[in-house]
Amino acid sequence: MKEKTPLLQRDGTRSVLASLISILIGLAAGALVVFLVGLFNKSMSVKSAWEGIRLIFLGLFSTGRSASGSLSFGFNPVTFGNMLFRATPLILTGLSVAVAYKTGLFNIGAPGQYLAGTAATLFIALEIPSSSVPAWLIWILAFLGGMIAGAVWGAVPGMLKAFLNINEVLACIMTNWISANLVTWMFDVSNLKNTVENTKTAYIYKTSFNGVQTPKMLLDKIFPGSQVNGGIIIAILLAVLMYIVFTKTTFGYELKACGANRHAARYAGIKDKRSIVLSMAIAGAMAGAGASLYWLAGNTEFYWSTYQSLPATGFNGIPVALLAVCNPIAVIFTGMFMSMLDIAGQQLTALTAYNEYITDVIISVIVYLSAFSLVIKLWLGGKAKKTAGPKPDANAEDPAPAVKTAANGKEAGE
Amino acid sequence: MSFLIRQTLIYAVPLMIVALAGVFAERSGVINLALEGIMIFGAFVGVLFVRLVQQWGWFDVAKEMNNWVALQGFLLLTMVVAAILGAAFSLLLAFAAINLKADQTIGGTALNLMAPALVLFLIRLIANQNTLQMATGDAASWFMIKKTMFGFDKKAKLGFFGSTFLDKVYLTTYICILVFIILSIILYKTRFGLRLRSCGENPQAADSLGINVVKMRYAGVTISGALAGMGGFVYALTTANCASTGDVAGFGFLALAVMIFGNWKPLNIAGAALLFGLFKCIAAAYASIDINGDGVFLLANIGLNANFYRLLPYLVTLLVLAFTSKSSRAPKAEGIPYDKGQR
Repeated sequence: MKEKTPLLQRDGTRSVLASLISILIGLAAGALVVFLVGLFNKSMSVKSAWEGIRLIFLGLFSTGRSASGSLSFGFNPVTFGNMLFRATPLILTGLSVAVAYKTGLFNIGAPGQYLAGTAATLFIALEIPSSSVPAWLIWILAFLGGMIAGAVWGAVPGMLKAFLNINEVLACIMTNWISANLVTWMFDVSNLKNTVENTKTAYIYKTSFNGVQTPKMLLDKIFPGSQVNGGIIIAILLAVLMYIVFTKTTFGYELKACGANRHAARYAGIKDKRSIVLSMAIAGAMAGAGASLYWLAGNTEFYWSTYQSLPATGFNGIPVALLAVCNPIAVIFTGMFMSMLDIAGQQLTALTAYNEYITDVIISVIVYLSAFSLVIKLWLGGKAKKTAGPKPDANAEDPAPAVKTAANGKEAGE
Repeated sequence: MSFLIRQTLIYAVPLMIVALAGVFAERSGVINLALEGIMIFGAFVGVLFVRLVQQWGWFDVAKEMNNWVALQGFLLLTMVVAAILGAAFSLLLAFAAINLKADQTIGGTALNLMAPALVLFLIRLIANQNTLQMATGDAASWFMIKKTMFGFDKKAKLGFFGSTFLDKVYLTTYICILVFIILSIILYKTRFGLRLRSCGENPQAADSLGINVVKMRYAGVTISGALAGMGGFVYALTTANCASTGDVAGFGFLALAVMIFGNWKPLNIAGAALLFGLFKCIAAAYASIDINGDGVFLLANIGLNANFYRLLPYLVTLLVLAFTSKSSRAPKAEGIPYDKGQR
């Protein structure tokens, strides 16, 4: 990177700092809730609150309880691998929200697109008999099917927005619930319900039942005993692809121009309606791909009676994208961070009297803060100007290293 | 038929009152996407309050003495509590949207994520399961108004109006309708209402005439939060048997759709809410609706899948929006943070 503008005054640096501050405040808020509950609940001690707080910050490194009953921490290949596995759909739903946001659309419809992808993937992967068609071909068909289904479902609110000027947030929410009911309906009348293991009611067969599952790509050697598979690599590749599309191609530029100012874009000869529909379709395809990779792992099973609830993975794409300031490459890292929170929540449920919903509280605080991240960024900018003094050029090198260490310190502190 | 009207009202009333909540926020210039979250929060607060008071015990005395005035008064008190805490919760949105000039869509979404998370976290700690219920009995046996309360015999026939509006109904329905009417009048016939609306249309002009835009927007969002919190409790009481599960099944968003379909005007909203209430009622109870009272359950006999009826309200919402979006007129300044410099 060229060190021409002072690091602190660069937009990217400020965005990263603002996100880190949001994350820290979010985690602190979670810790505060845990602390207050521990303080006021008679059945819980302050000691258990302290354990909860440590798990919130270090859940990924938890290795359970030692023989003496205290929490132990260290590198845990199982939780690391599971973190990567759970990050796969989160990265993709995050990409989904980010892509739409670049075109000026708030894609809250990721849960519905995720469900559409789920249904298409599971139907293709389970209905085509692996005895007559090779399993790898079914895998590819199921993955593409999931993406296409998500794209179609995403294009619906896109078209409503482009041609009828219906608020995309409202259209997305309605399509979410329609999707939830439709998917329940489809599986309700299907023959894919798991009847072999009768301890499981209302679950669909795993795709491995038909011999279809994502190859491990040697990741299971690095993280033995975990659920990780090649899906995470595909997710990262898709993120890189989105980055290239948005920074290196005319098509990506048109989408961004449409997001910046729809009328100016039309004046410049860009087909704004087409851009909106395509952007939503790509967003939907990403969410659908996330669902495909999650279910094609072969070790997860789908609870089909979902008409009353929408998948949280879809909604969590919103904080993933906002924390990454809609940068596709940054989405990879924020997706992993969200999945780390997920793991921390699981550890909290397993090891203490608290439950996993505290992670949702943390996530919501982070989203709340990112709503006014602009204010935080401006505040950071104001501070930078003060420290830079009257001659910004002369002091250009001075503040930069200081900020770097501060940022590193925060990352280490997480 | 009277069953159908009663059920439709049960679904239409929370929709109506929450849609009016949306009107107060948007007419003051703030998009309140958080209606769903505030409803969830209000439902939780209301149910928790009922549960706590039941556990204190003096409530049982009123029930035993059959003192239904005390019981209904208690119901009113719970509505007020839910409203106050709903308003408090909405201050989070007001602060972000008005003081920090935040993106209102994202702020609202944050509240929508926060409410179920916080509520489920607390419910799990309080009840050790994912549902918070009343301590004893069910909602109907505690709070429902029955004809025996007016001194009628159990077998007395009240005629169509009596059996529709006086028997097996909840007081909340009528309170909400009353509140709806009063607030609609305030919005249109008082100085306060006019000032509030002017802040949603042209805040710069309003400010130049000495109206405090920040104060007005705070008022709009707070009233909105109070109504949504109350609506959330009413929803939990009448449709979910006074239980809180961190979920109101997209009712807050349906209310937003009702608001847009009703063109941000109270009278149109009341009509739209009745229409959507009817569809919601069909979705919930299609198998037991006896339209003309001849003992034939027509909708159940058609033999359509239950999921079809469940997705109907959302599909109808989309179609209705598609047909009416051209003529809809939102408050001009909604969603735009007030900037004095643009005057």
